[in-house]
Amino acid sequence: MAQRAQPIIGTTGIAAGVFVVVAVLLSFVGLGLRAEVGRGLGPAEWAAIRFTVIQAALSALISVTFAIPLARALARRRFVGRGILITLLGAPFILPVIVAVLGLLAVFGRTGWINMALEALGLPGLSIYGLHGVVLAHVFFNLPLATRLLLQGWQSIPAERFRLAAQLDLPPAIVRRTLEFPLIKQVAPGAVALIFVICLTSFAVALTLGGGPRATTIELAIYQAFRFDFDLARASLLSIIQLILAGSAALVALWIIPNFPLSAGLDREVHRWDARGGWQAWGDSCVIALGSAFLLLPLFAITLAGLKGLPEMPAGVWITAGNSLWVALLSICVLLLIALPMAGWISTRRRGSAEAIGLIGLSASPLMIGTGWFILINPIADPVPLALPVTALINALMALPFALRILVPPMRDVLTTYDRLSRSLNLRGWPAWRWLVLPRLRAQIGFAAGLTGALSVGDLGVIALFADPDRATLPLQMYRLMGAYRTEAAAGAALLLLAMALSLFWVCDKGGRRHAEA
Amino acid sequence: MRRTLLATTLLLASQAGAETPVLTVYAGDYFTSEWGPGPKIEEGFEATCNCDLQFATGDLLPRLLLEGERTKADVVIGLTSDVTAKARATGLFAPHGQDNSALTLPIDWTDDTFLPFNYGHTAFIYNETAMDTPPASFDALLEMDDDVKLVIQDPRTSISGLALVLWVEAVYGEKASDVWTKLAPKILTVTKDWSASYGMFTDGEVDMVLSYTTSPAYHMFAEEDFTKKAAIFPEGHYFMVETVGKIAGTEQPELADAFMAYVLSAEFQQMIPTANWSLPSALPEDQWPEGWAELPLPEKVLFYSEDEAEARKAQAIETWRSALSQ
Repeated sequence: MAQRAQPIIGTTGIAAGVFVVVAVLLSFVGLGLRAEVGRGLGPAEWAAIRFTVIQAALSALISVTFAIPLARALARRRFVGRGILITLLGAPFILPVIVAVLGLLAVFGRTGWINMALEALGLPGLSIYGLHGVVLAHVFFNLPLATRLLLQGWQSIPAERFRLAAQLDLPPAIVRRTLEFPLIKQVAPGAVALIFVICLTSFAVALTLGGGPRATTIELAIYQAFRFDFDLARASLLSIIQLILAGSAALVALWIIPNFPLSAGLDREVHRWDARGGWQAWGDSCVIALGSAFLLLPLFAITLAGLKGLPEMPAGVWITAGNSLWVALLSICVLLLIALPMAGWISTRRRGSAEAIGLIGLSASPLMIGTGWFILINPIADPVPLALPVTALINALMALPFALRILVPPMRDVLTTYDRLSRSLNLRGWPAWRWLVLPRLRAQIGFAAGLTGALSVGDLGVIALFADPDRATLPLQMYRLMGAYRTEAAAGAALLLLAMALSLFWVCDKGGRRHAEA
Repeated sequence: MRRTLLATTLLLASQAGAETPVLTVYAGDYFTSEWGPGPKIEEGFEATCNCDLQFATGDLLPRLLLEGERTKADVVIGLTSDVTAKARATGLFAPHGQDNSALTLPIDWTDDTFLPFNYGHTAFIYNETAMDTPPASFDALLEMDDDVKLVIQDPRTSISGLALVLWVEAVYGEKASDVWTKLAPKILTVTKDWSASYGMFTDGEVDMVLSYTTSPAYHMFAEEDFTKKAAIFPEGHYFMVETVGKIAGTEQPELADAFMAYVLSAEFQQMIPTANWSLPSALPEDQWPEGWAELPLPEKVLFYSEDEAEARKAQAIETWRSALSQ
C-alpha cells in the first residue's frame, strides 16, 4: 500500500466541501432569521418520523437486494439492445413523482393491467395501497440506481481476474466468493444509505400509495408546517431531524464500507467464461426479463398516455422545455465543479466519511434550502431573475450524493493504483487530473453528469415558490396543465419530459463510455 | 439578426416601461398560463388603464410572508378563504373599497379587505356511465358499499382537502369522527393535491373524486363530455372562494383601485367561468355564459367565517387523521 504523504490531488476538494456545507447552513441561517417559536413537535410528527424511517429502511434494503441479481445478470450477459435497456432502466429514477404514480397505478392500481388480468383469470385482485405500495413505488424508483451502481462495480473488476478464474477453472461459487462478494460488500452499503436518504425525503408518493395519513412522512410534515401553517421554526426543526437521520445513515454506511483497491487491469474486454451457459444463462435471462417488466411496464403506460396527449400540448410547453434544458446544463456544470474536486479529496482520505457532506443538500429538503435563500437574497436583490440559477444550484446539490457515490470508488482505485507511478513522474495537481484521473473516470463522469441533467429536468424544485410566468420549467408547466383539468396535455408534457431527461442522460452517459462498453 | 431584434425589443420595452405605470399583480401559479384567465385579464385591463399590468406568480402566501413590507405587489389575486386570516394578519392589505352588494354569492359576504372574484363548492364527482346509483345525499355516501372507492386530498397539504374536513364538520359536527370511520374503507387513498386525485379519477382508478361542483363544466364545455357529474347533497356543500386584495403600501393606489373595480366588471366576470372553470362572484345567473346556468348547483351552501374556520381547523384535521390512521 502506498504511503499517504501528500495526495497528488485533492486540496481543492476541501473548498468544494466547505462550499456545500456553507450553502446549506446559510439557508438555515435565513430560515432562522424569520422563524418564530411555533408549536414544536406533536404526536403526529413523531408518528411521521417513525413511519419515514421504517419505509425508507425497507425500501433501501429491498431495492439493493433485488438490484444484486439484476446487476449481476446484466454484467454477465451481452445481447442486442442491452445498452438501450440499461438507459431505459434508469428512467423511473428521473420521473416526476406524479407521473410515476399514475404510471404505477396504470399497472398495479385497482383498475390497472395486473388486476385486470387477475380478474380475467377469475383470481382475487391485489391492492397496491399500503406500506407495501410505498415500498413497491420506492423500489421502482431506486432499483435502477442501485443496479447502475452495482453494475459499475462489476465493470470495475479487471477482465484479467475473470480470465485467471477461467484458467484455474474455478466453479461459479468460488468466482462469486472471491470476485463478486467483496465487490458487493464495497458497493451495497453506500447504495443502501443513498436510497435510504432518497426515501427519507419522499412525500407525495408515500402518501398516495400508502393509502392515506398512515403514510405521513417527515417531508409532508415539513411541507405542512411551511406551506399551511407557515411555522418556519417547526419546518426547520423537522428538516434538521431529517438531516440528522440521513447523516447518521450515511456515516454508518460509509464507515463500514471496506476500503480496498482492485488493482488495475489492462482495460481488456470482459469475458465471463464462468457463466457461459446452462442454467446460469437461463437464470440471468429470467432476472433481466422480470426486472425489465417491472421497470418498463409503467413507463410503457406513461408513453401510451403521453402519445395521446402530444397533439393537445399548448405551444408554451416548448418554451418551458427550453428553460428546463438550460437549468439542466447549468446544474451539470455546477455539479462537476463541486463533485470532481470533492471526490478527489474524499478518495485520498483513508475513510470515506467525508462523503456524508454530499448528502446534506439532498436530505435538508430543497423547499427549505430554497426558502432560506429567498429570505437571504430578498433584502439585497430581486430573487425572481435568480430563480433559474438558484434552481440549478439546488438541483446540483441534490445530485451531489449520487455523483460522489459514482465517482469516489473508482477514483479511489485510480489514485491508489497509480499513486507510485504518478509520484515517480511528479504528476500532481491539474496535470494529474488531466492525464490520469479524468481519462480513466470518463465513464463515471458521463454517468454522473447524465444523472444530474436528467434529475434536474424532472425536478419541480424550488421554482414553484417564486417562478414568474416566463421562467416556468417543464415540470412546473406539466403541473399547471394537470391543475387546469388538461390531463391529456399534461400526459403529453410528461412524455416530452421523459424523452428529454432520457436523451440528456443518454448523451452524457454515452459520451462518457465511448471507448468501452458499460 | 436575432440579437438586434432582441435588443430592440428590450429597448422598446424599457422605454414603454419608463412612460407607462406598472401594476404588479401577484397571482396563483395557474393564473398566467396561456389557458388561464391571466392573459385575458391583462388584455382587458390594459385596454382601459393606460398602464402595464405585470403578473408575478408563485406560492402566494408564503411569498408575501417572506417578502413582508418589501413586497413589490400592488394587488394580490387568488387568495383562498383558508389563507385570508394569515394574509390579513400581515397587515399588508388595505380595504378593497368596492361595494360588497354587487356580489352575487350564495352567502353573505361582509369582508371589506378581501374581495371575492370567483367561487365554487366542494363536491364528489362521478362518471355516470360507471356508476348507476350515485349517492343522493351525504348520508347515502356514508352508507355506500365499501367497494365504491373515493379519492380525496390531504387537508394538511391541499385547500380542497381542508374544505372537505370543514364540510364534514359543518354537516356532522360532533359526529365527524364516526363519519370518517365510515368513509375510511371507501377512501382508496389520499393525495397531496387536487391534480393527482383528479388524474386518478380520469384514469378510472376510483369511482368518485373530491373536487368542485364546477368540475363537470370543464368536461361539458371544453371536451363535450357529458358523463361527469357532481353528486349534489341536500345536507349542503362547502363554499370555496378566491379573493383579490389590495396592498396598502402600493405606489399605484389609483391603478390598484381601478383593478379592484375591474374585477367586479361584467367583462372580467364573464371571462371567469371558462377561463378558471368556476362561478363568477358578481354576475347574475342570466348573464353567465351559455349552458352554465343549467349546471346542477347545491340549494344549501355551508361556510365557516374566517375566524370560525381557523378555530375549528386543527381539531377537524386531527379527527380526520386519527380516524384514517386506524
